[in-house]
Amino acid sequence: MSLLLEIKDLKTAFDTAQGRINAVDGVSLKVNAGETMGIVGESGCGKTMLALSLMRLVPANGKVVNGEIFFSGKDLLKLSEEEMRAMRGSEISMVFQEPMTSLNPVFRVGEQIAEAIRLHQHLPAKQAMELSVEYLREVGIPDPQKRAMDYPHNFSGGMRQRVMIAMAMSCHPRLMLADEPTTALDVTIQAQILDLISGLKEKNNMAVVLITHDLGVIAQAAEKVAVMYAGKIVESSSVEKIFENPLHPYTQGLLESVPARCLKYLERGEYLKTIPGSVPGLYDFVQGCRFHDRCSYAMEDCARREPKLSEIEPGHFVSCWKTENGAFGKRALQTRCG
Amino acid sequence: MSGALIEIKDLNKKYALSSSFFSSQKRIIHAVKDIDLQIFKGETLGMVGESGCGKSTLARLITRLEEPSSGRINFKGEDVFLYDKQELKSYRRNVQIIFQDTYSSLNPRKSALNTIKEPLLIHRLNGKKEREEKALEIMAKVGLKKEQANRYSHEFSGGQRQRIGIARALVLNPELIIADEPVSSLDVSIQAQILNLLKDLKKDYNLTYLFISHDLNVIRYVSDRIAVMYLGKIVELAQNNDIYNRPLHPYTRMLLAAVPSCDPRKKKEIINIKGEARAENKEGCPFQNRCSYRVEICEKVEPNLEKYDEHSFCACHMAGSI
Repeated sequence: MSLLLEIKDLKTAFDTAQGRINAVDGVSLKVNAGETMGIVGESGCGKTMLALSLMRLVPANGKVVNGEIFFSGKDLLKLSEEEMRAMRGSEISMVFQEPMTSLNPVFRVGEQIAEAIRLHQHLPAKQAMELSVEYLREVGIPDPQKRAMDYPHNFSGGMRQRVMIAMAMSCHPRLMLADEPTTALDVTIQAQILDLISGLKEKNNMAVVLITHDLGVIAQAAEKVAVMYAGKIVESSSVEKIFENPLHPYTQGLLESVPARCLKYLERGEYLKTIPGSVPGLYDFVQGCRFHDRCSYAMEDCARREPKLSEIEPGHFVSCWKTENGAFGKRALQTRCG
Repeated sequence: MSGALIEIKDLNKKYALSSSFFSSQKRIIHAVKDIDLQIFKGETLGMVGESGCGKSTLARLITRLEEPSSGRINFKGEDVFLYDKQELKSYRRNVQIIFQDTYSSLNPRKSALNTIKEPLLIHRLNGKKEREEKALEIMAKVGLKKEQANRYSHEFSGGQRQRIGIARALVLNPELIIADEPVSSLDVSIQAQILNLLKDLKKDYNLTYLFISHDLNVIRYVSDRIAVMYLGKIVELAQNNDIYNRPLHPYTRMLLAAVPSCDPRKKKEIINIKGEARAENKEGCPFQNRCSYRVEICEKVEPNLEKYDEHSFCACHMAGSI
């Protein structure tokens, strides 16, 4: 597999009245062509800002202050605004969480999809419209000819998300960023949408960056996983390794908090394991390891020095002093409910 | 479990929507349809279903925030819709609700302590000093610190705000707590903290829960019995383990199949998950358009919730044979 996207030491900062906030703080990531990379973390950990930085759509009071983003060899951060606009939608596209607010309520959905096709593929309006009906059919909208003439409010949440995906697919991008694409949907609809994304991915050999807080979605849809905490990646590996041999205490805590994984224990009336405390607020600067005040393995060093993401075993990166020092051994830190 | 605390009989709630500005024709939304349900003292009844299936409307009916179109709800044998003002007030003392949205359910102008004290004030319980003591005691119980008592809701995180919501519900010593998606807006690590807290409180205060959620994993963790709702109706009602090990209704099966498993080596087959919850069938079973076990009778006759065995009820013509 060839390398499609490489992020190196990306930092995105916001200047606010209370000072500077690093929403994304030194993230490095590689995504191969045709691969699904899951990014998982709790709210406020910088997942969405990472995606918006990739698209160069960071809100006005923030900017990318450091790093490089190579997309098939080109540094996206060095492109002119014009070149970047040609890139968005055609090479890299994005699906947002809220399908209601990301569609324009005053245009018919067919037109909205056709617009992207017209702009990027320079096709005449009529042909673009025909293609847009074709894409609506492909994402499983019944009676697409007729539905293309409907407005967004005529669609249900799941159908709207299908429209968003049709739009994102319309120019055959090589990379799709999906930011919590199923969070607002019911489970049965979620299953359908995930199936649709993975089918389209296979068909077009497209890479997907799937951002979610739901570990179940990650387990089902991703091939590789990066776990984010407070603006940083704390662990990354293949999906099997993350779920079977999580090495960072935060990843372990996350996995143990999911009721479905620990049923054997719960049936005996035991409690769910929890991570004490909560994610540090953006203004709370934590010295040393960002996780140390919630970590049950924290040592003196953790509060002083910040660990770096390092390769513990081939393809498995962890940023934790304990794992790095070999204190846990390779599998010593088993989760209770593995 | 001893005796029904709440007994719901043939409960219906319809809303009329005018279909457009110019037409006088009304569209009727049947939000809650022929519900028969008992909540027993000391149990946790889990209620699960997709959005729009009427879970929250049912919760609002039980607390009498809505009036039903027809049907009865009995609380310890008394019809709650016949209560006068005074009786209603004491009923509400016994039945409290925890909401999903921790932002909009707390008053931003009230400190945590005042929020928790307010129900005592409304019900004119205890003296001023005792109210304060009681509120502080409950705060400690739900894991809030004394120093946080005078902070306002925006100074708390989502999980802490939900703790305030729980404390407010608890301060009146209710018998039944209706938890309407109490952990849906929380992160998974915080969700586990709140679920454990609710479990502890149930034991300590001898509570009964009606626990509403769309998340089958959460429901499985907390519930004794589970009711599955679909388009305003209860389609299956059974013991926790039975629902998961032996789902009777095709919709329950579909829901279970749709929950992503947390094991990356077990990729799910999702062939049978189709369609959306929409009331488009004029007659027959409301689930027929999504059901892969449909037979002729399903298109004509709407199945009722019928007894399958001692503890299980199911509204499906094919129950037991699929």
